[in-house]
Amino acid sequence: MSNKKNEKVMKDLKKKLKNKIIDIAQPREKRIYIRVEPEKTPEVVEYLFYKYQCKLCTATGIDMREGIEIIYHLAKEDKNMVINVKTLIPYSKLEIESIGKKIKAFRWIEREINEMLGVTFIGHPDMRRLILADSFPEGKYPLRKSFKNSDVTDEDYDYERSGI
Amino acid sequence: MKQTIIPLGPYHPLLEEPEHFKLYVEGERVVDLDVEIGYNHRGIEKLSESKTWDQVPYLVERICGICSTSHPMAYCLAVEDLVGCEISKRAQLIRVVVCELERIHSHLLWVGLAGHFIGYNTVWMWAWKYRETILEICEKLTGNRNHYAMFKPGGIRRDFNKEQIEYALEHIVDVEKPIRMLTDAILDDPVIHKRLKGIGVLTKKDAIDYSALGPTSRGSGVPWDVRWDEPLDGFKDLKWKVIVQKDGDVFSKGVVRLLECFESVSLIKQALLNLPEGEAIDVDIKEVPQGEGCGRYEAPRGEVFHYVRSDGSNMPYRHKVRAPTFNNLPTFKASCRGETIADVALITASIDPCYCCTERVAVVDKNNNEKILREKDLVKLSVDKTNGIMKKLGKTPPLYNMEI
Repeated sequence: MSNKKNEKVMKDLKKKLKNKIIDIAQPREKRIYIRVEPEKTPEVVEYLFYKYQCKLCTATGIDMREGIEIIYHLAKEDKNMVINVKTLIPYSKLEIESIGKKIKAFRWIEREINEMLGVTFIGHPDMRRLILADSFPEGKYPLRKSFKNSDVTDEDYDYERSGI
Repeated sequence: MKQTIIPLGPYHPLLEEPEHFKLYVEGERVVDLDVEIGYNHRGIEKLSESKTWDQVPYLVERICGICSTSHPMAYCLAVEDLVGCEISKRAQLIRVVVCELERIHSHLLWVGLAGHFIGYNTVWMWAWKYRETILEICEKLTGNRNHYAMFKPGGIRRDFNKEQIEYALEHIVDVEKPIRMLTDAILDDPVIHKRLKGIGVLTKKDAIDYSALGPTSRGSGVPWDVRWDEPLDGFKDLKWKVIVQKDGDVFSKGVVRLLECFESVSLIKQALLNLPEGEAIDVDIKEVPQGEGCGRYEAPRGEVFHYVRSDGSNMPYRHKVRAPTFNNLPTFKASCRGETIADVALITASIDPCYCCTERVAVVDKNNNEKILREKDLVKLSVDKTNGIMKKLGKTPPLYNMEI
């Protein structure tokens, strides 16, 4: 039964999002992966969140060497599916429209991706650091593959900024 | 009116992790609040990229002392999703038993501490006494009271034998009756009703907007439960229901937790009685192919989400962990506005079951005069309010001394 339901979700999404996505795949019954251009991402995610009534699980930023890939994981609970919206932001222009300015649930995870991977979210209402210390040097992004522990030494910490 | 900033933290008085709340206060009322986290950032996601697939469960188990089995569970489900392997029903049911035991002990821990905080030390003592039975069952079944190390990608590491199953079935009954008594005592108490009802209301709309999880969302009438929404195959035959309350206040969240304990007891009994004999408990995963997988499971506090990506090597290329509190903490912005300081301390505890780490609350006004409220003072503030309600109801407040 659940199989039929899931096929319907797939068909529905294909029809509704036809002009906005690059491709859509369903490798396993409960998982859908959608690839989207960075400019269209907020539109697609907002559609899924409001109209399709998905909840936000989280978003993942991945350093793919040619750019940073961001995956928004949204769960459609009544159909028991996870819909993943993927977008690749090139290193030459590391910025994307913020979804957090409209949907509160996205604010924290966008702050985390910003400090960990250095992606700018345009229009985010509160882009302070979330997890890293205020004294942590700027321009260093710990979750990038190029980051090494030796990249940040004690001298790099700017304690004046954190008010210590 | 002059606005004052009250820092609550950096060691949060109520949750077990160091968190810093800035309360913007006008008189006694909190008008806004700001949450700062990150004092406990250990870089587990980065560390995970340098561990092999089999080592990661032990690492993620140490993310949290109380949800110590939900993280490995979600991680294992993510890897199994990536590899596409099916595990036996016996292994699935054993996973269910361990996870539900964890849920009961976590919920009882929360109930006890909530009781302590509002001045009901009897509730505290009771809840923790009965929690002990659960921990003993855990020890008998898995060898440890916490950090069970039971799961691995593709199954479980240790099987239950007959003697262990009998012990668990016998003692889980012992615990059901006292929890029933405790629940009735709490739900019938007019003082607890007055103290907790209507406090820190999170509306259904806010719960959806913030994507709140677990008892926080279910207390607000949003029936999200991953065990129900994305059940394991072995879970489908078991009979249970999702507990949902409509009001969204601290009381509702407490009721959800208490009633969930009974569902968990029932699930454990059903799972242990229906364990299929003679099935293999694990699948040997020889290599993890290129690809990606998501795993999610309902921890005591809400959905735990793990995402893994593999480039075909023996280590994850990326491993993302999202604990439920990450989604639940921002909801305070909606639920704490307009409440008093004595209540805010309680509301911030209502999403999470641990508040034994009270460090300090400093009251700072603009002239830099500082007043430190320690755990003792914070508990006293809350207990005084309960006693006030008792006096109004014509009851005698308890005589015991609140010195800690």
